[in-house]
Amino acid sequence: MSDSKPHDPNQMTGAAMIVRALADHGVKHIFGYPGGAVLPIYDEIYQQSEVEHILVRHEQGAGHAAEGYARSTGLPGVVLVTSGPGATNMVTPLADALMDSIPLVCITGQVPTHLIGNDAFQECDTVGITRPCTKHNWLVRDVNDLAKVLHEAFYVATTGRPGPVVVDVPKDVQFATGTYHPPRKSDVHISYAPRVKGDANAIRKAVSLLAGARKPIIYSGGGVINSGLAASKLLRELVEVTGFPITSTLMGLGAYPASGPNWLGMLGMHGTYEANMAMHDCDVMLCVGARFDDRITGRTDAFSPNSKKIHIDIDPSSINKNIRVDIPIIGDCGNVLGDILQVFKSEAKKPDTKDWWKTIATWRARNSLAYKKNDDVILPQYAIQRLFEATRGHDTYITTEVGQHQMWAAQFFGFEEPHRWMTSGGLGTMGYGLPAALGVQVAHPDSLVIDIGGDASVQMTMQEMSAAVQHELPIKIFILNNQYMGMVRQWQQLLHGNRLSHSYSEALPDFVKLAEAYGGVGFQCSKPGDLDGALQEMIKVKKPVLFDCRVAALENCFPMIPSGKAHNEMLLPLEANDEATAAAFAGGKALV
Amino acid sequence: MEQPASAYFMEERHDPNETHTLTVLVANEPGVLARVIGLFSGRGYNIESLTVSETESHKHVSRITIVTTGTPMVITQIKHQLDRMIPVHRVVDMTLTGRSIERELAMVKLRGTGEHRVEALRLAEAFRARVIDATIESFVFEITGNTGKINQFIDLMRPLGLVEISRTGVAAISRGPEGM
Ligand SMILES: Cc1cc2nc3c(=O)[nH]c(=O)nc-3n(C[C@H](O)[C@H](O)[C@H](O)COP(=O)(O)OP(=O)(O)OC[C@H]3O[C@@H](n4cnc5c(N)ncnc54)[C@H](O)[C@@H]3O)c2cc1C
Ligand SMILES: Cc1ncc(C[n+]2csc(CCOP(=O)(O)OP(=O)(O)O)c2C)c(N)n1
Repeated sequence: MSDSKPHDPNQMTGAAMIVRALADHGVKHIFGYPGGAVLPIYDEIYQQSEVEHILVRHEQGAGHAAEGYARSTGLPGVVLVTSGPGATNMVTPLADALMDSIPLVCITGQVPTHLIGNDAFQECDTVGITRPCTKHNWLVRDVNDLAKVLHEAFYVATTGRPGPVVVDVPKDVQFATGTYHPPRKSDVHISYAPRVKGDANAIRKAVSLLAGARKPIIYSGGGVINSGLAASKLLRELVEVTGFPITSTLMGLGAYPASGPNWLGMLGMHGTYEANMAMHDCDVMLCVGARFDDRITGRTDAFSPNSKKIHIDIDPSSINKNIRVDIPIIGDCGNVLGDILQVFKSEAKKPDTKDWWKTIATWRARNSLAYKKNDDVILPQYAIQRLFEATRGHDTYITTEVGQHQMWAAQFFGFEEPHRWMTSGGLGTMGYGLPAALGVQVAHPDSLVIDIGGDASVQMTMQEMSAAVQHELPIKIFILNNQYMGMVRQWQQLLHGNRLSHSYSEALPDFVKLAEAYGGVGFQCSKPGDLDGALQEMIKVKKPVLFDCRVAALENCFPMIPSGKAHNEMLLPLEANDEATAAAFAGGKALV
Repeated sequence: MEQPASAYFMEERHDPNETHTLTVLVANEPGVLARVIGLFSGRGYNIESLTVSETESHKHVSRITIVTTGTPMVITQIKHQLDRMIPVHRVVDMTLTGRSIERELAMVKLRGTGEHRVEALRLAEAFRARVIDATIESFVFEITGNTGKINQFIDLMRPLGLVEISRTGVAAISRGPEGM
């Protein structure tokens, strides 16, 4: 070998490979927190400008920020954290992303390979701990495997049913020099080949069921959002062509516009009466990218007893998991919807659903989202409605925390487009919304990004206000402050004899002062008459905001499917007087 | 039975349980067995028996044979859950194919003298079990066969001075000329 051999540009350290791979996958932003086991990577980040690093205040914040980023863009969210406590702090967002099918690529530092297994400083078994909360994970022991694993990680996270992945990189591998290669097909396990195109036979059968339906319903879910903008467009077209009513899960809001004529509102535990009744009484159900979650089905033995069910899902394990379906179609919902539409248009005509719509109109007339107006205190439902009105005409993204406020946001904020609604559905993670808003704002710097929060939830990840101030991300944290863990208090009232065990938010901070302490702006509002003005002020502010909206303390979230009941036995708000509620929940203990 | 009053209790499923033998071809890489076992414990599935070994080293493929029980819906879930793991190449339900041969190997240690020894040897012969170790007061038998045959043999040995059993768990393969 002669000394004059030209320098091979693909020879580089593991740390450099990581940054290079991010750039090769088009990553513009990563969320992270440094520590000993990732210092070589941070050193590389320091010396380049392609990838921008957003420093958070807690690794959980980085994870949720990346989730918000991913859900609002359709791109993978990328996280970089250190070994040991950095990795364990990421467990909640990983589990959250797995439940909600969010593509995340998380790179964790690890102690040097020769120390693995020695209880070394800041060592933990990251791949062991994260195995059940990732779609897949890797420990890279050789720098020459690193490029391949990183490329596979992006591929696995973003294809098929999206999900979080972890790449655990020991510090010596980050320092070692090896050969990098750009992404190529052979980087991926041959055993991984998600199915995208639906079976033509099944599609034909599905169309003939749809064409013969008299009481049809489309039940759409988060899979439509996962599939991308084209799927939402096709879904809208299918609704148009068939004239069918459509409902959606919490995760699927925005795929069909809330202002659309065929929209029945959200279904499930806190869904509308008309959506749940239509699910119960329908003769043909088309489930698109939803997973028959227990918040939807209630009692599975009483779930939509007389319908034929078609289920489109990219993950075969979602099919027949909770509810037996008649026609499963495995594939990407955009792709399958396209095929269904094509066959439908050429072979079927719009079924006659006039009578069905008449029945639905009688259910709608029950007005299941009604609430009593109040001039003295702000009702949480009213607050969301005014917030929705105030944001009209703005380019708005909404995130939420978990609890009653989340359900009211789903019920009263109208979503017209997909990717505008970021919420923790499957895991139900309090503390998701604030950092998620941060991630959304990074992706959409000029948009209006609002976290609809509860007074308890926001305190779980409040420290990210500091990150928002640092990075000049003008997120708006709109807190429905009822001074309770409202959702817990509601269940205690309805199911545990109103013994409000530890659900009162004692010693709440002064949110206005707290905002100011972080360098943001605080608002407080407690009068319905002042709300619109205050909201306008909030929207104008170009800084992070904590808005302390004082709302009625003891309001319950209705409608609600009560104890041991099926969809057609909902408890409606204006009918939920003390006796009706007591009767509906009599003698019960809730299991979940 | 009075049902608990909740909108979201899971009612008991009354479908009868079935026992299925699954063959799982996986990439032979670190952690793959932990993934498979973790899936079963994490989702509350049963493992009656599990065997694993590399079978095609040039392709880095290992073969896992799992005997599991559950309702038909749960068995289907298990197969889908296994199949969607990244390093899993194939999952075949040997019980559904109806064409599988299943074998286990057991080593059975017996301690005893006199009549019991004679009786044990006689039974071993009937079951085609081989003596692979012997002292004046003990035997170790090696026996292969399906699970039922081995259970039966062990039951017969019990009163004759059974000391210890070591079993491999089930390995399975399909009949006929086709491979999987
Ligand atoms: C306090 C609280 C209350 C709740 N109450 C309700 C409620 O009243 N109503 C409600 O709806 N939810 C409610 N939820 C949310 C609920 O727990 C579930 O998260 C939600 O119902 C699941 O939505 P989904 O079925 O759309 O599935 P997701 O979790 O979004 O799963 C998507 C499905 O689509 C599939 N998929 C993914 N990508 C594709 C693709 N490209 N093509 C085809 N298929 C794809 C996946 O395999 C999966 O099966 C509540 C949550 C909380 C925290
Ligand atoms: C991390 C976490 N811990 C506990 C819970 C259980 N939990 C669900 S809702 C809720 C109360 C939320 O209170 P708040 O944020 O004030 O919202 P509200 O219901 O009052 O609108 C709790 C404790 C959870 N979902 N997440």
